[in-house]
Amino acid sequence: MKPAPFEYKRPGSLAEAVALLADQSRVVKPLAGGQSLVPMLNLRLAPIDLAVDISRLAELRGISLEREVLRIGACVTHAEIEDAQPLSASMRLLRAVAGGIANRAIRNRGTVGGSVALADPATEWPSALLALDAVAHLRGPAGVRSVPLSEFFLGAYTTALRQDELLQAITLPARSASLKAGFEKICRKAGEFASSLAFVAIDPSAGYARVVLGGTGGAPLVLQRVGALAMKGSPAEAAAVRAAAQEDLAASGRQFDEYERQIHSVSVARALKKALA
Amino acid sequence: MQQAATQGVGKPLRRSEDGRFLHGRGKYLADLHVEGMQEAVFVRSPVAHARIRRIEVPQGAAARVFTLADLGDIKPIMAVSAAAGYQRSNYPALATGKVRFVGEPIAICVAPTRAEAEDLAQQVLVDFEDLPAVTDMYAAREPDAPRVHDEWSDNVAFLGRIDAGDIDALARSADLKVSITTRQARQAAVPLEGRGVLAYRDHRLDELTVYSSTQFPHVIRTILADCLRLPERRLRVVAPDVGGGFGVKNNFQPEELALAALALRVDFPVRWVEDRREHLLASAHAREHGYKLIAYADRSGRILGIDAEITVDAGAYSIWPWTSSMEAGMASGILTGPYDIRTYRARAYTMATNKSPIGPYRGVGRPGACFAVEQLVDAVARAAGREPHEVRAENMVRPEQMPYVSVTKKHFDSGDYPALLRKAAEEIGVAQVRERQQRGEADGRLIGVGFASYTEQSAHGTDEWVARGLPVVFGYEPCTARFTPDGELVLLVGIQNHGQGLETTLAQVANQELTIDPRRVAVRHGDSSLSPYGMGTFASRSMVMAGGAVAKACREMAQKVKRIGAHLLGTEPGVVSLRDGAVWHGDKSVPFARVAEAAFLHPERLPKGEAPGLDVTVVYEPGCSTGAFAYATHAAMIAVDPDTGLVEILDYVAAHDCGTVVNPMIVEHQVIGGVAQGIGSALFEEIPYDEQGQPLASTFMDYLLPGAAEVPRIRVFHTETPSPHTTYGMKGMGEGGAIAPPAAILNAINDALRTLGAELRQSPCSPRRIVAAIRAGAGGRK
Repeated sequence: MKPAPFEYKRPGSLAEAVALLADQSRVVKPLAGGQSLVPMLNLRLAPIDLAVDISRLAELRGISLEREVLRIGACVTHAEIEDAQPLSASMRLLRAVAGGIANRAIRNRGTVGGSVALADPATEWPSALLALDAVAHLRGPAGVRSVPLSEFFLGAYTTALRQDELLQAITLPARSASLKAGFEKICRKAGEFASSLAFVAIDPSAGYARVVLGGTGGAPLVLQRVGALAMKGSPAEAAAVRAAAQEDLAASGRQFDEYERQIHSVSVARALKKALA
Repeated sequence: MQQAATQGVGKPLRRSEDGRFLHGRGKYLADLHVEGMQEAVFVRSPVAHARIRRIEVPQGAAARVFTLADLGDIKPIMAVSAAAGYQRSNYPALATGKVRFVGEPIAICVAPTRAEAEDLAQQVLVDFEDLPAVTDMYAAREPDAPRVHDEWSDNVAFLGRIDAGDIDALARSADLKVSITTRQARQAAVPLEGRGVLAYRDHRLDELTVYSSTQFPHVIRTILADCLRLPERRLRVVAPDVGGGFGVKNNFQPEELALAALALRVDFPVRWVEDRREHLLASAHAREHGYKLIAYADRSGRILGIDAEITVDAGAYSIWPWTSSMEAGMASGILTGPYDIRTYRARAYTMATNKSPIGPYRGVGRPGACFAVEQLVDAVARAAGREPHEVRAENMVRPEQMPYVSVTKKHFDSGDYPALLRKAAEEIGVAQVRERQQRGEADGRLIGVGFASYTEQSAHGTDEWVARGLPVVFGYEPCTARFTPDGELVLLVGIQNHGQGLETTLAQVANQELTIDPRRVAVRHGDSSLSPYGMGTFASRSMVMAGGAVAKACREMAQKVKRIGAHLLGTEPGVVSLRDGAVWHGDKSVPFARVAEAAFLHPERLPKGEAPGLDVTVVYEPGCSTGAFAYATHAAMIAVDPDTGLVEILDYVAAHDCGTVVNPMIVEHQVIGGVAQGIGSALFEEIPYDEQGQPLASTFMDYLLPGAAEVPRIRVFHTETPSPHTTYGMKGMGEGGAIAPPAAILNAINDALRTLGAELRQSPCSPRRIVAAIRAGAGGRK
């Protein structure tokens, strides 16, 4: 479990990092917290030619709130989110999510951008940030383009990120105090990857409600029927929520076995209940 | 008269070895460095069953890649049981001709670093002719199943039979007939430190030095010498600090043989440090038993007889010295548990499959047997319409029956089994659980309580191992007790301390006998060139065996110390006593330093005829060599979330008796550590294989272990019933904690699911299995 040889570079600026990624003749990967990439390299599952260490780039760091938009640099660690000031209602949810990721040692290194860019379905950030209607800002050779997360995740480990692009930051609406949010993570042990993940965000003042299911075999799913129930804003019977979730699962066109249908509908109902509590 | 020892038997001394570990100064295999050392990596089979057509070594790498043919004239490992009908097989250091499981070593690559050796290993191409694999122990019994060993008549490595009493007559006459079918998963031991070997030739001593992360260095020297065709005097085997073993380092490993053989052929030291993936794939696996049990009982639930079919998936090879049939043999021998059951029939199948070989893991055979029979007892209680703990108590061997010879000829030496069960029932609060179940939980979860009782055969000696027909009879332990001229003590022992606290507890024994401060006692072990030949640490034996040896050596030493001390005090040995590290006569004393100085440096001060030196070597064998029987009852209270299948352990009680306790702090935490591993078996750990024989849990992504959050506070209660057969009445207890949890937790889950008509019979009790059981139960009720 030692990696095959690869080259390592630590560019001094974001522009330099993007320039390194542009080399199409080689397999080049950005290295942020290394909590997924390094184990994969060690297992020799995904050999690379060059690792571009972006973890210390100032442009990719920091959390800020400006004009009701929360900006999180791609290389902000899970721990930094866990420990951050509750700048807004959205941030409060993100802090709670961060605290449940793996364990503190991993949170100290793992980054939000790494997690979003990897798009492992069993991890928190893709679903959580999608529920909060976040936008990914991708820096490429031609500049920055912004892609809403609703269009960013294409499948398990598959995103709209091009090989020569780097996820620079995530932005999301800060949300008012009226935000009602809840999430449920079903996993076998503390900090483990999720078997099911449900996030609910309802912002009556903005006429916004979104319910996202993660922990499936594919991209995070936005559940329309449960979302409609959430929009009503009053607690629904758990059975009705579970039935709506089952319909959403069926409508997704993906395959779920009996157990998956059950725990996904349960996690969705629980998350909604928490949001409306 | 000897004064009471102040830091002796029964005192909760802090562990003297912890300082170096907590400061990061332990020295494990991976911490060793020898000049010129190269790192070794094994090319391992990626397929479960195949003929090797050709091994292609990358160009220019011939001097860095080694196959079996390059290792010289070495013998394969052959673990042979004396039992009639046992089918034998060779376990070669490196595969030749055929591979029989994914992970089997085929070649060794060496390079200055592990990473470079892995680069090289990736370039070694092996041409396989795939063969159909047998990956299920029941399918392995089918007549048309592929054969793991071509020369065998079938895949049954061994079929053990026990016939006691007339089970067929019981089948006709008993009020109740209760059947269960149950199965436990395959696991890995997963010590904190994996396996590892470092071997080099010591030209000065004309020795091959082999460092191995092993639990029994002396025994490894013996078998290694045999396989390498070397005289034992030319071999030194050292176990440095060993970061946990749990049985997986109590085997003679093909990697040990391969590295040692390679070191004889090359002119540089070679080291192999197992990584986690190798451990999960290719270390000796554990557990994976299947049981089909029938109990015959009277209307009240008194069990009259058990009819058992036991099947163990033993994997592809037989592990030396235990043999592949150890699991099934031990499980069938202990299946009747702490119960007074006189009619018993068992058929115990040891099946060869294309999986990693099965070996000992904390509990050996007993966790499986306990898992099965404790479910059976619960099923009998249900059939009788009674509380499981009450039915248990009525079936147990009673204290007035002690000593009791079980139906399988186990000598239960002492104890009050029902009393501990009652203690556990009281502490877990059965009545309160029943009330709470009536009320229901606010969060919709279902709670349940479950019990599991067992006996823990420990420190078994000559008779037991002879009965098992093993190639080595682990009947004794030695100790050399040696004063230094400045009056401090060195104990040289043949056990190997890898987490048990033996450097502390053996010093406590010395304190008990000699009154010497344990801080002035050095316990040395783990080096075949240092201590007298001993058997190592396993089978819950070291405290009883090595403790007995240390006590015996120190008692003999005390006599000489008193003779010399009395002479220095100008009196007779009969009137002096030992206290605080000195020899006393009235208010006059001589410290051990002066006694030792006389013994070593001033023979002229010794009594006439007294030989110089203070150096005693003894060998200890327990009075009854079928083992001292510790025993316990565990009780678990759990909550099941029927929507998700997740289980939370709300309370866990372990009431145990291991005879006289040497260090209660160590014992308590060894119980807790065992329970934590048992929780792993109960809820998390599992290595499934697909139909092609590919293991599906080869990293910690897929192989779940309990963490701090999954292990609740374990409440441990001790009673002390001394064994009549051992020094101080000690009984072994190292494995016990791990035996009962799968049974107690599964019984608690079934108690919780009872109102749903659901029943689970397989571990680990994963959420998926629990939800499936609930669905099946609900279907059954309709």
